[in-house]
Amino acid sequence: MKILVAVKRVIDYNVQIRVKEDGSGVITDNVKMSTNPPDDNAIEEAVKIKEAGKATEIVAITVGEEKAQETVRKALAVGADRGIHVKAEGTLEPLAVSKILQKVVDKEKPDLVFMGKQAIDDDCNQTGQMLSALLNWPQATFASKIDVKDNKLEVTREIDEGLETIEINVPAIVTCDLRLNEPRYASLPNIMKAKKKPIEEINASDLGVDVSPRLQQLKVEEPPKRKAGIKVANVAELVQKLKNEAKVI
Amino acid sequence: MSRESMEYDVVIVGGGPSGLSTAIKLKQLDANLNVCLLEKASEIGAHILSGNVFETRALDELLPNWRELNSPIKTKVTKEKFLFLGKTKSLSWPTWLLPAVQKNHNNYIISLANLCRWLAEQAEAVGVEIFPGFPANEILYNKDGSVKGVATQDMGIDKEGNKKDSFEPGIELLGKVTVFAEGCRGHLGKQLIEKFELNKGKDPQQYGIGFKEIWEIEDKNHEEGLVMHTAGWPLDNNTYGGSFLYHANNKQVFLGYVIGLDYKNPHLSPYDEFQRFKTHPAIKKIIQGGKRISYGARALIEGGFQSLPKMFMPGALLVGCDAGTLNMPKIKGSHTAMKSGIIAAETINEHLKENKNLSIYEDKFKNSWLHKELYEARNVKPSFSWGLILGIIFTGIDQILFRGKLPFTLKHKHADHETLKPAKQMPKIIYPKYDNIFTFDKTSSVYLTGTNHTDNQPVHLKLKDPNLPINYTLEKFDEPAQRYCPAGVYEIQKDNDVNKFIINSQNCIHCKTCDIKEPSQNIIWITPEGGGGPKYGNM
Repeated sequence: MKILVAVKRVIDYNVQIRVKEDGSGVITDNVKMSTNPPDDNAIEEAVKIKEAGKATEIVAITVGEEKAQETVRKALAVGADRGIHVKAEGTLEPLAVSKILQKVVDKEKPDLVFMGKQAIDDDCNQTGQMLSALLNWPQATFASKIDVKDNKLEVTREIDEGLETIEINVPAIVTCDLRLNEPRYASLPNIMKAKKKPIEEINASDLGVDVSPRLQQLKVEEPPKRKAGIKVANVAELVQKLKNEAKVI
Repeated sequence: MSRESMEYDVVIVGGGPSGLSTAIKLKQLDANLNVCLLEKASEIGAHILSGNVFETRALDELLPNWRELNSPIKTKVTKEKFLFLGKTKSLSWPTWLLPAVQKNHNNYIISLANLCRWLAEQAEAVGVEIFPGFPANEILYNKDGSVKGVATQDMGIDKEGNKKDSFEPGIELLGKVTVFAEGCRGHLGKQLIEKFELNKGKDPQQYGIGFKEIWEIEDKNHEEGLVMHTAGWPLDNNTYGGSFLYHANNKQVFLGYVIGLDYKNPHLSPYDEFQRFKTHPAIKKIIQGGKRISYGARALIEGGFQSLPKMFMPGALLVGCDAGTLNMPKIKGSHTAMKSGIIAAETINEHLKENKNLSIYEDKFKNSWLHKELYEARNVKPSFSWGLILGIIFTGIDQILFRGKLPFTLKHKHADHETLKPAKQMPKIIYPKYDNIFTFDKTSSVYLTGTNHTDNQPVHLKLKDPNLPINYTLEKFDEPAQRYCPAGVYEIQKDNDVNKFIINSQNCIHCKTCDIKEPSQNIIWITPEGGGGPKYGNM
């Protein structure tokens, strides 16, 4: 079994996001970037499946600018066998990315495609689902447990009501939840070895995919500042304030 | 469990200006040398914090074509101001009356973090292997006692010290020479200085704590290229310190404060002095209507020439502020750190090729402009132990009339942890409340640093005696860690009328002040799991 894992480069989750003054987006210059956290879970799960002898090859793929390749390199350092970097500049919407992934799937013919359930930058939560539709493959989203059974997957999903366990046929798309596993550290010797692993570079334009945005972004602004709370002296004052000022009772 | 090991010609610990300069120079001297560099931050630059007005002298030597390499050195200093602050008034000191070392024409306003990111690109381009996220936490020795290399930290250890599922053992990096470039109060450098008695016969090292904030200010208040320093308020005559305010590009100002850690009053809170400083009318009018976008703090070395330890030992060298090459009257340490790295690289190359002893590092240092700079600067900082006014008068005589050539050397008498007076003997200081416009609490400040440490790992701030903070330091000094820590790591909490000493190590921004100032030297700073700590952008 061959697993294709999609990873995305995003602003590190510890960094406080700052909005550009002209409202055209967020500041990314000299900001620490990392792999989208649930994508790390996707890679980890693929590596575990391979370690259990149920997969033969893991290919890590990213779509984006030059530096996005760092995320593929990191995936190689924790166990992916080779990488693909589809080069594309500018804003990439989930539809564009899933069309690119579709082309790569046609060529690579993986049995499974893993990725994070959503990216922490745009929070779209669409790429996996769109890819599933484009390929007409079954999908299991928000996976918190994956069992590989011959040509089927048993997947436990994190849903609003609790947990749902489904069985799907391979080939399939799985989007991964943070609860799926604990990603391993890249060891120094493995980082060294990863530098020698191959990464194939493809230009998005050569895949014949139109990546131009379908959405027009009007403005990006910071959320309103939370107002400071107040202390009330007694219950009566609280009720009075809830009634007259907050107007919630 | 035995660890894997990897062999290099040279192993460098720390990716600041000194370590990166050492690495680049080594590869320039011999492209075949195998050089690796370890950095504890998640990426190069993420733990770098500095003013910074940059003198290009060392960079001109290292990369003479830096102007063509798209370097982040862009904003030339165009104008200078020096203010003495009273509580509400300010007095502008004529710049022609400033000593030559404090003049900054030809210098640039830069972000040192960005300079380091760029230096790392230059280093990688010539084949240096850089490993961010891997703190060196142990020095390895040969049987003959010489330094053999370092080991990186084990990863995936829980707070009780047990291995988690994600456990990944550290590895040994062995070098023919190991270069320690950890910056001020490096935790391995400290061990080496002790083991090899490198500071024998030297004055005790002196430190300061430096704060920095970046503000985006209104156009009308911004004057790109303007460098301003202040002395005086809010500090009293007996506390050494001052501010900087540099107008960088993109409507940003780099605003900061440095306070000598030889302060005596345990009630003093360096953080609150800095916050209060911003409310002075002369400062307020600049940042009014602006927005604070970054915060950080870091200890710096102020001891200079008298406190500079021997910088070589069998198998290893100290460079930059791991030794202490900062030039205090110049308020600059980047060019001197870089120069020490260049000299270290030359030393190592001759050591490896011609079998020369590493002690030639000292001879090379003595024959360099770096030595001359530090020698001429040596009397400024100790003169301020007589107070601000006498210090300024003496510095005028020493620096303007004699240009640092007075035939005597003043001594640093005490280490910084020895200077606190008992809390009962010193006046309490009531600091104003934070207004959330110009002044902010520690929690919201630390939030801006992007600091994170993996949950469930051992506390990286070790107490030699866990009972000492409550049994002794609280009683005698009102536990000053609550105030000198710029990140709110240390707290005294009352639990059923019993005082408890709390260490919020996840907030630590790696400034090392506690390791320096704790009166009994009871707090030991060690490296946390790799990648932990602040994530500074353009600091």
